[in-house]
Amino acid sequence: MKIEINHQSVNMPSGISILDACKSANINIPTLCYLEDLFPSGSCRMCVVEIAGNKNLVTSCSTQITEGMKIFTHSNRVIAARKSILELLLSNHPDDCLYCDKNNTCELQKLSAELGVRNRNFSKQLIEKEIDKSSPSLIRDPSKCILCGRCVRVCEERQTVSAISFIKRGSQTKVTTAFDGGLNTSNCINCGQCAMVCPTGAIVEKNNIKDVLAALADKNKVVVVQHAPAISVTLGELFGFKPGSDVNGQMTAALRKMGFQFVFETSFSADVTIMEEASELVDRVKKGENLPLMTSCSPGWIKFVEHFYPEFLNNLSSCKSPQQMMGALIKNYWAFKKNINPRDVYSVSIMPCTAKKFEAGREEMITGGLADIDAVLTTRELAKMIDMFNINLAKLKPEDADDPLGEHSSAAKLFGVTGGVAEAALRTAAFLITNDDSQVHEIHEYRDLEGIKELTVTIAGITLKTVVISGLSNARLVLDDIKRGIKQYHFIEVMTCPGGCIAGGGQPFGLDKDRIVARMKALYQIDKNEKIRKSHHNKDVVKLYEEFLMHPLSQKSHELLHTKYKPRTGY
Amino acid sequence: MNNGLPSIENYLIGSNLEYFNSCLLPEVSNPTSEDIAKKIETLKNDTVDKPYFFIGAGTCGLGAGALHTEKALIGVLKNINVDYEIIKVGCIGLCFAEPILDIFLPGKNRISFGNVTSDKVESMVKALLQEDEKVLCQALFQYRSKDLKVWENVPFMEDYPFFKKQKRIVLNQCGIINPLSIGQYVAHNGYLALAKTLKELTPLEVCTIIEKSGLKGRGGGGFLTGKKWKFALNTPSDQKYFICNADEGDPGAFMDRAVVEGDPHKLLEGLIIAAYAIQATKAYIYIRAEYPLAIAHLEQAISDLYAWKILGSNIFDSGFDLDIIIKKGAGAFVCGEETALIHSIEGKRGMPRPRPPFPAVSGLHGKPSVINNVETLANISAIILMGCEWFNSMGNNNSKGTKVFALSGKIKNTGLVEVPMGITMREIIFDIGGGPKNDKLFKAVQIGGPSGGCVTNENLNIEIDYDSLKTIGAMMGSGGLVVMDEDNCMVDVAKFFMDFIQRESCGKCIPCREGTKQMQNILEKITRGRISEKGNDALDRFKGILQLEELSNTIKETSLCGLGQSAPNPVLSTLKYFRHEYEAHIFDRRCPSGVCSELINFEIIEDKCKGCTLCAKKCPSGAIKGSPKAPHYINNEKCIKCGQCLKICKFGAIIKN
Repeated sequence: MKIEINHQSVNMPSGISILDACKSANINIPTLCYLEDLFPSGSCRMCVVEIAGNKNLVTSCSTQITEGMKIFTHSNRVIAARKSILELLLSNHPDDCLYCDKNNTCELQKLSAELGVRNRNFSKQLIEKEIDKSSPSLIRDPSKCILCGRCVRVCEERQTVSAISFIKRGSQTKVTTAFDGGLNTSNCINCGQCAMVCPTGAIVEKNNIKDVLAALADKNKVVVVQHAPAISVTLGELFGFKPGSDVNGQMTAALRKMGFQFVFETSFSADVTIMEEASELVDRVKKGENLPLMTSCSPGWIKFVEHFYPEFLNNLSSCKSPQQMMGALIKNYWAFKKNINPRDVYSVSIMPCTAKKFEAGREEMITGGLADIDAVLTTRELAKMIDMFNINLAKLKPEDADDPLGEHSSAAKLFGVTGGVAEAALRTAAFLITNDDSQVHEIHEYRDLEGIKELTVTIAGITLKTVVISGLSNARLVLDDIKRGIKQYHFIEVMTCPGGCIAGGGQPFGLDKDRIVARMKALYQIDKNEKIRKSHHNKDVVKLYEEFLMHPLSQKSHELLHTKYKPRTGY
Repeated sequence: MNNGLPSIENYLIGSNLEYFNSCLLPEVSNPTSEDIAKKIETLKNDTVDKPYFFIGAGTCGLGAGALHTEKALIGVLKNINVDYEIIKVGCIGLCFAEPILDIFLPGKNRISFGNVTSDKVESMVKALLQEDEKVLCQALFQYRSKDLKVWENVPFMEDYPFFKKQKRIVLNQCGIINPLSIGQYVAHNGYLALAKTLKELTPLEVCTIIEKSGLKGRGGGGFLTGKKWKFALNTPSDQKYFICNADEGDPGAFMDRAVVEGDPHKLLEGLIIAAYAIQATKAYIYIRAEYPLAIAHLEQAISDLYAWKILGSNIFDSGFDLDIIIKKGAGAFVCGEETALIHSIEGKRGMPRPRPPFPAVSGLHGKPSVINNVETLANISAIILMGCEWFNSMGNNNSKGTKVFALSGKIKNTGLVEVPMGITMREIIFDIGGGPKNDKLFKAVQIGGPSGGCVTNENLNIEIDYDSLKTIGAMMGSGGLVVMDEDNCMVDVAKFFMDFIQRESCGKCIPCREGTKQMQNILEKITRGRISEKGNDALDRFKGILQLEELSNTIKETSLCGLGQSAPNPVLSTLKYFRHEYEAHIFDRRCPSGVCSELINFEIIEDKCKGCTLCAKKCPSGAIKGSPKAPHYINNEKCIKCGQCLKICKFGAIIKN
């Protein structure tokens, strides 16, 4: 289809929007409410363009191109309209940017600069609204909300949680929970996908840097830190590295520079998780009990099941998540080994996830009267700390993590991407079933960003029907099918965030697909380069079992590494 | 027999006809066609064998005390011990004359009286029963009949000034027949059009007839109804929906309410035909919950239709199935916008979405859906029966048929009128409406509600149709006409509509949500006195007009839905015709009509003031000073413009500027 954009004739496939057409013609059009793959909402009006012969400006996100269409993306009229809209928006937006969490990463701020908004054309009419700090994971400041609706759509359409929606009308409109209560009273699963798409500082993670700094300054504390598999391939982006750069060693070095005494990798406990979970799978398949087995690493997914599908609680693997396993091992294994009083240990985790903050505070996550984890920082918070210490990440020499909880297989590294847990679990399960370790299973059917990936594998005559899911709307589809008896599976991997932890709610803001793909590729590259590619080959894990846990699913394992969840209510 | 129209027997045969007749005449088993004809004659109420009383009991009638009138009437009739019948009817359109009581005596024409409050019932009824002619001067009009006795000196309905220039298709039975009697509706050729449609016409033929008739959507959009139906008919789908939009939300509009209350079957017949035309098997009526009487009438009518097997499966043995569901709206103005309405039916928040896809392609639950408003659908049965040429012959070049308007505001005859398209605004306001109340000077009439504009004196001769109204910055809208006289301040009017839009904006798109808030704020500033001014307000007001125009432009050009795109219209239109009023507010701090209270100045005329001190004592802000028996004066800085002094001064010494 031939169209003309800014007097330039281009050929485009039919059926695409003006916005997409412009994108492929390398013309940027600003947007504030647009979200890839979702039905355009048309609420921000920022992407308006002029079309020859049309009386009104049209929104490029919701208008399809037609043969011969003449589009002007940056005519005077268009720019004036965009600027007016933005100025209107700013008339009801706090402009104390210096004090905002999103200062320098705010889309509204960026647009204002782009469009040259430098004086106040409309009188300031800020409607102050109460800040909601009730959630352990997220803070909502509705005064900063521009009502673009991205969070609402992500929560409703991508996650099918619908914890937040609009209330009231006109300029009183507000995004909030049912009955305008705190987020902690809602059915919010803390995934933080809303924060990922929020163009302003209206939804951000609850910041725990202060707690960590206090612990670092406390001479009586031994501050240990673990970082999740997905962090090393995303942190770099916040320091100018190319998306997909692995900064594992530099990060470890930076953590030591800031004063963390011991740096561990959550990948270690991911290997332990695989040992436990693969054994659980083989056990359940043999007994035919509580199938399908559903993974339990993703705390948003756990809360989702508790709220919406309590009938599947028994199907969840009883394994704690790797974060919590690591926490329990640090205070109950490593501390004793090191002759440190576990009460003096302050255990920090760096996670790609806001729900991990909630998980760390769960009552199920207390072992022997001590919380497994004391503080959770997201990738973004870690970057802020590194900035605070004026550390130049690029110039640091890579360092190795501490032993013994720093060793990991590359299977554990795959926990960061959708399909990774299933792939890691099957590598070990295959060994458990066949005792044959000759081949590495690279399961390419799992290796993309699709929301639902089914695969049937047969290992030594045992057929396993598996499905890998990311994004809870997809989980809902599959669970409903299981409930209706349409589908049967043995093993289900679920990651709350579409794409997995590499696109988790604690990662650098934005859900740009190219970046997510680069991160995924980086993880698979790490796996390819690694010598130890199976969890049961991790020597320190083997040692852990020999000297402490005895064997997977042992009584000790159950005490420290397993738990159980209860149904939950809430709107 | 039916005014040259065929009888329903031409379409229904066998068991269908038998069942239909048994519904019409349940008292007789196996009725003959003579029995049926007789029953239809009785149901028609063309003649009566005992006194019949018809009380206007629409919402307007009830508000004026129709139930008290009914109670008084029953009391009177009990005392004089006659056999009688009381029928509650809907609104005939003369809302200003409610409660209306029609009296139909055997052998005489049905005669209509207005303002029959309960205290007047006894004398009136007794006088009329005794044929005391003196009471006739109170009558409004009488109905014409073939051979009943005519009341002397009482005009016939069609000669009565209010009705003289009207052409009633939609309203022809409102206020006349019993809205709760399906039998009576059937006796007046009801469901004949449906039978004809289902038995003789294909869906495509129905669409074509409606398209050829030139009927345009009466909700304000003005899109060709038949064309819209064709889109939906031609979109293949396993399920289609028809939706009737009865979410009438414009301030001063009550056309749909009157139709649903007064003649629900007319709407339902149109709806069933329309659903057939697009092959929808489920229809929704989205009606606002603030219309309880209309909802009750609809519920009754729908349950009667199921009992008569005119709804449900295999209607009239045609193979066509339809269910109608009433969905009550919670009173959000924006839910009149079709995509917002669809969201609301789906149980979501009523917010519009970008179009395309249009609902005719992807509407309710993603299925092809057509949405028409009440008045549009109420035209359908007449077009099917009388033909598209008949309908097309009414109106002018671009607009065919009739339009119902609700007259309100400062006009003598408030009420509902139905006029042929192409009539002038002057005829509606002055010939039908009687002009402004208390013979004040006419200033303007707001047409099209908060999305429309005003028509001023100079444009009163404009022909009313979809296109010509646009040329003067107004629009047809759904049919609310709010008349304003010399006492109305046009800045205040614009402010009222801006307040309304701001409250009712769904909050989705920025220009509408924030832009209307800014416009409202500017209007506030313009109408504010020094007393409540803050910060830069005094400076800002000088930028007022310029900013209003700029904002209007942005909002019009970039808003998501029709509500937003038309939100600035009341401001633009008043700015166009009454710029001098804005300027008086801004530059002189003066409200020429004396409405904007903060801009009013009270003054004491020295010569007239006797120094009685009453005003000084009553003034709540201590703004009046003076010694007893000497002229007082008002300190305007302190005055809070409450007007107490003006009200209590016995000497007329205080004036309002």
